Amino acid sequence: MHNVDVKTISYEVRRSCIEANCVIRPDILNAMKKAKSIETGLANSILEELIQNSIIAQKEMMPICQDTGVTCVFVEMGDNVHITGGNLNDAINEGVRQAYKDGFLRKSIVEDPLFRKNTRDNTPAIIHTDIVKGTDLKIMIMPKGAGSENMSRIKNFSPNATTESIEDFIIETVITGGANACPPLIVGVGIGGNMDYAMVLAKKAFFREIGSKNKKPPYAELEKVLLDKINKTGLGPQGLGGKTTAFAVHIETHPCHIASLPVAVNLSCHVTRTRTINL
Amino acid sequence: MKTIKITTPITKETVKSLKAGDRVFISGTIYTARDTAHKRIFELIANKEKLPFELEGAVIYYVGPSPAKPGQVIGSAGPTTSSRMDSFTPILLEKGLKGMIGKGKRSPDVIKAIKKYKAVYFAATGGAAALLAKTVKDSDLIAFFELGTEAIYKLEVKDFPAIVINDMYGNDLYEKVGGSKLWKI
Repeated sequence: MHNVDVKTISYEVRRSCIEANCVIRPDILNAMKKAKSIETGLANSILEELIQNSIIAQKEMMPICQDTGVTCVFVEMGDNVHITGGNLNDAINEGVRQAYKDGFLRKSIVEDPLFRKNTRDNTPAIIHTDIVKGTDLKIMIMPKGAGSENMSRIKNFSPNATTESIEDFIIETVITGGANACPPLIVGVGIGGNMDYAMVLAKKAFFREIGSKNKKPPYAELEKVLLDKINKTGLGPQGLGGKTTAFAVHIETHPCHIASLPVAVNLSCHVTRTRTINL
Repeated sequence: MKTIKITTPITKETVKSLKAGDRVFISGTIYTARDTAHKRIFELIANKEKLPFELEGAVIYYVGPSPAKPGQVIGSAGPTTSSRMDSFTPILLEKGLKGMIGKGKRSPDVIKAIKKYKAVYFAATGGAAALLAKTVKDSDLIAFFELGTEAIYKLEVKDFPAIVINDMYGNDLYEKVGGSKLWKI
């Protein structure tokens, strides 16, 4: 049995939330630099702003983007892990509370969707927990902004739908998202499962490194084809034209019902922020 | 790409000189206002009450900054999605608002009002929030304190970088770039 104290969890969540919000992922910074080298005019100058922005944010430990998001958390907890001193969800929320206060991050959560009053500490986080085999506790953290989240979509296809029609839906989501979603994007796609699980898959896909491929060759190929098609739309950085509309398309799949084929497209902006804690 | 330095409040001549696609650097006073602040201003206008700032020639920045650290003028401060303010915008333009800074497309009604009342809509780079914060030299909370990040702040900016999206001639930069046909789906 592996004992993990709630104080350790809160401490690590706090640290990861602050770091994710202020220090850009190295693979994203590299993607920005690579994109800048192939762009000209406005697209080039926008990418230069984004690169400078991430340098300032890291140097001053201030948020890369003012929308420091809703804290999305994916937990993979080994069945031989024992949480001591309290409860897992409370420990995560305590870490979020401390991070958003101590890190001068924006508190963007309202306690009720219709009767909107700010909770003033960015809690509650949205937590998905899977129990897995073993003694490890893995906590994946993603502060997710509303600009890109609001432009995400899900659709039920007929099981006989063509791959082309699914491609069209994904590309259409990127285009309708336009400048609102803050391209260049990472496009997370969840295919299969059911309505809720497809979107979970799409969101979890943001934790993959840019340049990584789906393990199944046909999906790796589809990722490549989609990225190429999305970048050929010409939407470009900030929707103002250019060759770089997305840095990556990440597809994740899951078994599904004989009558179903859900496809979820979760968009994430050029400030995709993730951190993974292993305890 | 034309680069122009402009100062606020924005005059008729300045509006006249700006075209979709121009790169501008804005200096002077701008006011922050997003969702709830817009709703409140809208209500004040409907009730014929005094507004927190003079709209004539003013520029509104759609932003909800992150909190300032000790020693900082403002926290990170990039633009939010403008379309959420669309339903409140035409009346503000009618009352003299001349400039808006945000990101993303505006509604046909807003674009019509920009043309009618001769104003301009700028986009700043979404997500460049730390960089944009560096152009803010002073910040004063002037209204709706209880709204926190959504309160109205009077900002003094120096060379705030933006791009003209909608000009008084009816041009829309987002319409000109690739993908714009699909955008309308």
